[in-house]
Amino acid sequence: MNERRIYLDYAATTPVDDRVVDLMVSLLKDRWGNPNSLYQIGRDAYTTLETAREEFARLVGAKHPNEIIFTSGGTESDNAALIGITTRARPEGGHVVVSAFEHHAVLDPAHHLAKLGYEVTYLPPRNEGFVHPDDLAAALKKTTVLVSVMHANNEIGTVQPVSELAAVAHEGGALFHTDAAQTLGKVPLNLAGLGVDAASFSAHKVYGPKGVGALYLKRGTPFAPQLRGGGQEFKKRSGTQNVAGAAGFVKALEIAVEELPAETSRLTELRDHVTRSILTTIENTEQSAMHPEKLPNLAHLIIKGVEGEAMLLQLDAKGIAVSTGSACSSGSLEPSHVLLSIGCPPELAHGSLRISLGRFTTVEDVDYFLDVFPPIVQKLRAMSPLYAKMFGSSAG
Amino acid sequence: MLYSDKVMDHFNNPRNVGMIDDADGVGEVGNPVCGDVMKISIKVADDIIEDIRFQTLGCGAAIATSSVVTEIARGMSLTQAVSITKKQVADELGGLPPAKMHCSLLATDGLKKAVDDYLVRNGRQPIAAGTIAHDDPDFDPHAADYDDACEIEND
Repeated sequence: MNERRIYLDYAATTPVDDRVVDLMVSLLKDRWGNPNSLYQIGRDAYTTLETAREEFARLVGAKHPNEIIFTSGGTESDNAALIGITTRARPEGGHVVVSAFEHHAVLDPAHHLAKLGYEVTYLPPRNEGFVHPDDLAAALKKTTVLVSVMHANNEIGTVQPVSELAAVAHEGGALFHTDAAQTLGKVPLNLAGLGVDAASFSAHKVYGPKGVGALYLKRGTPFAPQLRGGGQEFKKRSGTQNVAGAAGFVKALEIAVEELPAETSRLTELRDHVTRSILTTIENTEQSAMHPEKLPNLAHLIIKGVEGEAMLLQLDAKGIAVSTGSACSSGSLEPSHVLLSIGCPPELAHGSLRISLGRFTTVEDVDYFLDVFPPIVQKLRAMSPLYAKMFGSSAG
Repeated sequence: MLYSDKVMDHFNNPRNVGMIDDADGVGEVGNPVCGDVMKISIKVADDIIEDIRFQTLGCGAAIATSSVVTEIARGMSLTQAVSITKKQVADELGGLPPAKMHCSLLATDGLKKAVDDYLVRNGRQPIAAGTIAHDDPDFDPHAADYDDACEIEND
């Protein structure tokens, strides 16, 4: 085993920033009170929580702090948005549109709504990797209650035209939710400007703690709480709040927003370096999505004639962590639904590679990866009974 | 999902990789659509497998099961070789995650096809025919027996 550890999977999760850890530890020690208690210890915790909420609202461009509900993470926020909005807005049933390449945290609640009797459309993105507003317009029905399209795809990194899509949904009389887990802290965000009714966020994608997220619900958006109990979070999400977690999330977001302009140009340059190098040094490789609007930190490539899990494990043996959309990496039958939805044939989807960079990625890390990777591809292609047959004799 | 040390050893240092140029029998199973293809070639003398090589496109388990099946089969009689079970392959590797059990079936089926190919080439009756899961038109990788097996078709 190699001693060197290079993490290139920031889209999966991020290490918690030291500044966030320090704040959270001090809050866990000093602000452990229940923010719903009336005495001083409770009021102190309340102040910390509400200050965090105000700051979060400001950073994401929400008009009012009480449009922000702290949750246990992106998955809870997505579930609450899909089910809470739809069932309250049209309890009698109706139509819901989600893009076909949503995260499972949106797709599965959509399946659940279908079981409850709602009609669900899984709108295919264009092969470039984005949902076209015209396609959404064509999918809308008189009964459409909610549209959900992610802000950026977590696998291929394409940023969606959310503001246009939200406008189309609204014209058709539907509400609009976006899963913004991948864009938060990476793409400038102004929720009021985007025109969405609801949005989901996750702390651990922005160097905050796991188990913390937020749901933006624009004022007046119909919503049935999915967690009932003590009525916390404006009766929209019961449960004693995770004060240190919420404050840690907001601290993490502050740092990300502050560093965003510099990080965007640094990461974009690194990302393009990765993409260009692989495309030029390894034959039979291609970018999986050509949509120009992309996350600055994510490169997604198809390495033809190689199986993704084998690549992942070989890289792991060299101390490098990346991600793949092959079926075998997930234990499921099919390769990534995201890649299939943009027209990528399964035999190519099995060879997909996601490299996502972040705050602690250095040029040296990337260059080490770019050194180590081509021989791995060569080794696996040489071991394949098909590569020579399909792509000519060379395994390079 | 975790692989045993032995799986990782065979994956990182696969034994008997390649193709025998003047092979006496060759077997190929799997489908790139599922992400798994395995090809095995054998050299036979007096019905004993004297040399055996494989090529595999697939995940860690597919490569490790291919590698270990060549170790098990080397030196075996043809009859013994076609009797190797997927459980034997998995056990030899210190176990496989449930979702990967079908990979050992790929390895044993590839070997069986290579043995039958040798026999047929020599005008003899195939002995593995009928026991090769991938040859069964009704082979259902989704069946409970095969856990989360990929859709594997006979080539």
